[in-house]
Amino acid sequence: MQPSSHNFKQNAKVALADKDLQIALAQVQEGFINKRARVVDKLAEFEQLREQGKQIRNHTLEHLDYYLERYEQAVTKLGGHVHWARDSEEACKIILDICQQAEAKSVIKGKSMVSEEIGLNDVLEQSGMDVIESDLGEYILQLAEEPPSHIIAPAIHKTKDQISDLFVKHHAQYGYSERQTTVPDLVNEARAVLRQRFLEADVGITGGNFLIAETGSNIIVTNEGNGDLSCTLPKVHIVTSGIEKVIPTLDDATAMLRLLGRSATGQEITSYTTFSSGPKRPGDLDGPEQYHVVLVDNVRSKMLADEFREMLRCIRCGACMNHCPVYGSVGGHVYGWVYPGPMGVVLSSMNLGLEETKDLANACTLNGRCAQVCPVKIPLPDLLRNLRRQQKRNLTAWQFVTG
Amino acid sequence: MSDARTEIFSRVHKALGRESLSPEQRKSLDERMASAPELIRPQFSDDLVKHFAKQLESVSASFVRVKNDAAIVSAVTEHLDSLGLKHNLVVAQSLKDLQWPKNFEIHSGRARDNDLVSVTGCFVAVAETGSVVLLSSPESPTTLNFLPDYHIAIVKSSQLVRHMEDAWTELRQLPGGIPRTINLISGPSKTADVEQTLQVGAHGPRSFHVVFVE
Ligand code: SF4
Repeated sequence: MQPSSHNFKQNAKVALADKDLQIALAQVQEGFINKRARVVDKLAEFEQLREQGKQIRNHTLEHLDYYLERYEQAVTKLGGHVHWARDSEEACKIILDICQQAEAKSVIKGKSMVSEEIGLNDVLEQSGMDVIESDLGEYILQLAEEPPSHIIAPAIHKTKDQISDLFVKHHAQYGYSERQTTVPDLVNEARAVLRQRFLEADVGITGGNFLIAETGSNIIVTNEGNGDLSCTLPKVHIVTSGIEKVIPTLDDATAMLRLLGRSATGQEITSYTTFSSGPKRPGDLDGPEQYHVVLVDNVRSKMLADEFREMLRCIRCGACMNHCPVYGSVGGHVYGWVYPGPMGVVLSSMNLGLEETKDLANACTLNGRCAQVCPVKIPLPDLLRNLRRQQKRNLTAWQFVTG
Repeated sequence: MSDARTEIFSRVHKALGRESLSPEQRKSLDERMASAPELIRPQFSDDLVKHFAKQLESVSASFVRVKNDAAIVSAVTEHLDSLGLKHNLVVAQSLKDLQWPKNFEIHSGRARDNDLVSVTGCFVAVAETGSVVLLSSPESPTTLNFLPDYHIAIVKSSQLVRHMEDAWTELRQLPGGIPRTINLISGPSKTADVEQTLQVGAHGPRSFHVVFVE
């Protein structure tokens, strides 16, 4: 994805004047903030769980080499394959090779932010493969040819009307020419269209909310069940994940799951929590014949070295953006890259460099709500302040050079 | 791509400011892996079955309690009839030989796209979250849990555990090791991707029904 973070100020003006977007963003309050508050209030242990979550992630990052090795051993023992990618390009090449080896014509995808980060869809499509996003939000955006604007609710900026228009335009080819206007009818039509695509797909690609060193499993957490069909029906299952996603044991995973659903969507648990480990076993009547995990570094190992290691604890719940007044006024696209909101400011700055993202760290009121709700206690305002300092240093150096 | 692997590990070592771990450090990490430290478990005081039922209800699943195995078939029939569904089922292997009425069409094996209703057992069920845990196997293929529009799961009282960790304790004792897929199912398939409006039946079952056998 071509970043547009350098246009932050201009894009923000446009977003503030966009009526549809403002209506959509107003729903964040009930849909995310209130729901989270209610479910967190119900759990007496929530604050202790946050501290524990922070400790588990810190422990794992401190021994990342050990846990990655153990994880790789466990996957390999089950007949799966672990691939290592230094950067996005390498990751895409590995995945393309696997798909070509499988003679894939059609690839179905569960929601994966890492696949957005590495720009996977373009690479597969350029090689002539049909790539279909199966998470409803991602699917809507694929039709609209837009990037996600939220890491949990990617199409949060789209109105029902806009979705109706998209379906009319793109579903006529499958015999659905009537314009659907209610939520149940829209969801049903998408279900019918996508079901066919699931059945045809040669390769399924999912993310991994966590990777478990003990068992060699990847966990996916969904409500739709799209990720499950993506990793059950096709003959090849590929998992894309960052190297920081590993955690030690099933028990540690449980501790993190208790935080994730509550923080992300205000659910104690999502409809489906699925652990996939290796390819199908002898005698199994379904499941993939091949299981691949592609572990991406990009800037992760660099972040491990300094203060930004804290950011690597992130479990991609989206709570920080839901509670951010800047995100709440301008939405996700304005940030100009894959990850929006407070966590996105940090990750974009790390991945794209301070020059491209120079306005992002200033798009923050330092009110601290993001850090208060973060389930793994990432001190986001501190990290943003640090980015501002670095920027100032760069600027001074630059003024010095140019005299 | 072993050189990418080597390079990533050397980047990680550099970032952590050390070389590979010493044998002692490794040993202590091995020990943590072998017996994970006891972690915080959310406490609840109500009766296990009641809590399970309450949690299922809160995730839009339905729940019915029956006295014994002999009552399973009639509970399933009642559920089908209440929804106006045909008596065609794809069932897990272990349920194939229940006393299904003559007019039922029953098959086992993996689910196909045209299977409307599945009936499965489970490995365990977790009261904490209202989750039914299914393990993939030739007897209980994963497609049963996702392709049909209606999923009915049979849970026996002996299978009900308190916390998710209790499920892992049982899982670790399986002689065949971990299966390809572990599904924790907590309610029907749903989405809120259109204007944040919750809608059931996104890609998986539109309804999830638990028959609990005392
Ligand atoms: S930074 Fe914290 S709140 Fe934001 S997505 Fe990551 S884990 Fe969630």
